[in-house]
Amino acid sequence: MVGSVPIAWVLTLAAALFCIGLFGALSRRNTVGILMGIELMLNSVNINLVAFWRYLQPTGTVGLVFAIFTITVAAAEVAVGLAMVIAVYRARLTINADEVDTLRG
Amino acid sequence: MNYIVVVIFLLLAAITLVSGVMVVTVKNIIHSALWLIASFIGVAALYLLMEAEFLAVVQILVYAGAVSILVLFAIMLTRHVTGEGTRMLYERWWVALLVALVLFGAVIVPTIWNQGANWDAAATAAQSSITAFGEDAAPGTAVASTINIGESFMREYLLPFEIASLLLLMALIGAIVIAFEEPTSRRRVLTLAEEHALKQRGIVEPRDAEGAVMPTIEAEQAL
Repeated sequence: MVGSVPIAWVLTLAAALFCIGLFGALSRRNTVGILMGIELMLNSVNINLVAFWRYLQPTGTVGLVFAIFTITVAAAEVAVGLAMVIAVYRARLTINADEVDTLRG
Repeated sequence: MNYIVVVIFLLLAAITLVSGVMVVTVKNIIHSALWLIASFIGVAALYLLMEAEFLAVVQILVYAGAVSILVLFAIMLTRHVTGEGTRMLYERWWVALLVALVLFGAVIVPTIWNQGANWDAAATAAQSSITAFGEDAAPGTAVASTINIGESFMREYLLPFEIASLLLLMALIGAIVIAFEEPTSRRRVLTLAEEHALKQRGIVEPRDAEGAVMPTIEAEQAL
């Protein structure tokens, strides 16, 4: 992998995945869809961390450890986020982000 | 240059990116969640290609296993709002597309045209000290393995490790508290007489996919 694929290719892949996730998070009306976009973005960040670890500091463990912490925080985030989606659904009978507008001025 | 590795990388990248695009463009939200699983598995295979085998297993377990199941459960619990005919994107989705494309361009220009050469040189320098696979490696010269990850969690990253476990506990309790349904506020099916009484007062009820009335809080208070 390291001798064959330049690191720029991996970073390009991660950037593309991040932008796809960003588009999903910004354009979806469904709140679960927004959360899925955020998951894609977190995944692309992890690809970056692992690529930098493998290419630039393969004998250390910083990149891997940081990626594992990212996964931990993402799991916590998605659990709380989906619980909030269910709570919003109970209160408002909708989970479309543009219809939950109580705080709108 | 090992062309098989390049081909495998391009294949995995294509799987990941196509699945990602499907996640954000597919109309049915359940299909979207299934494409998300495909994207996660593509990323896990990419980790395997980069010799991060522990992270690949964690990716499969946590993302493809747990997170996607959570997402599917949330979709099923909020099912009937995602029916046919509802708009999937905002009216001004092209603004989001523009933002994403501009960000992609802004990230990709320095990655490819400016820093690429420095990175390749640094990567070559970093690889030169590594013992080849299969040989007996002196300490600190092999690619970090699962053993090294465990050791660093128990030594220099012990405090972050404990804080992460605390965070998971807080998220667990928080998710239960937020999603907990008090028995008194549970929605119930109205009887025909109650429905008639509400109709006479002019209160319009939202109906679910099967046509059953779902009383709102105001309607329950009016009864």
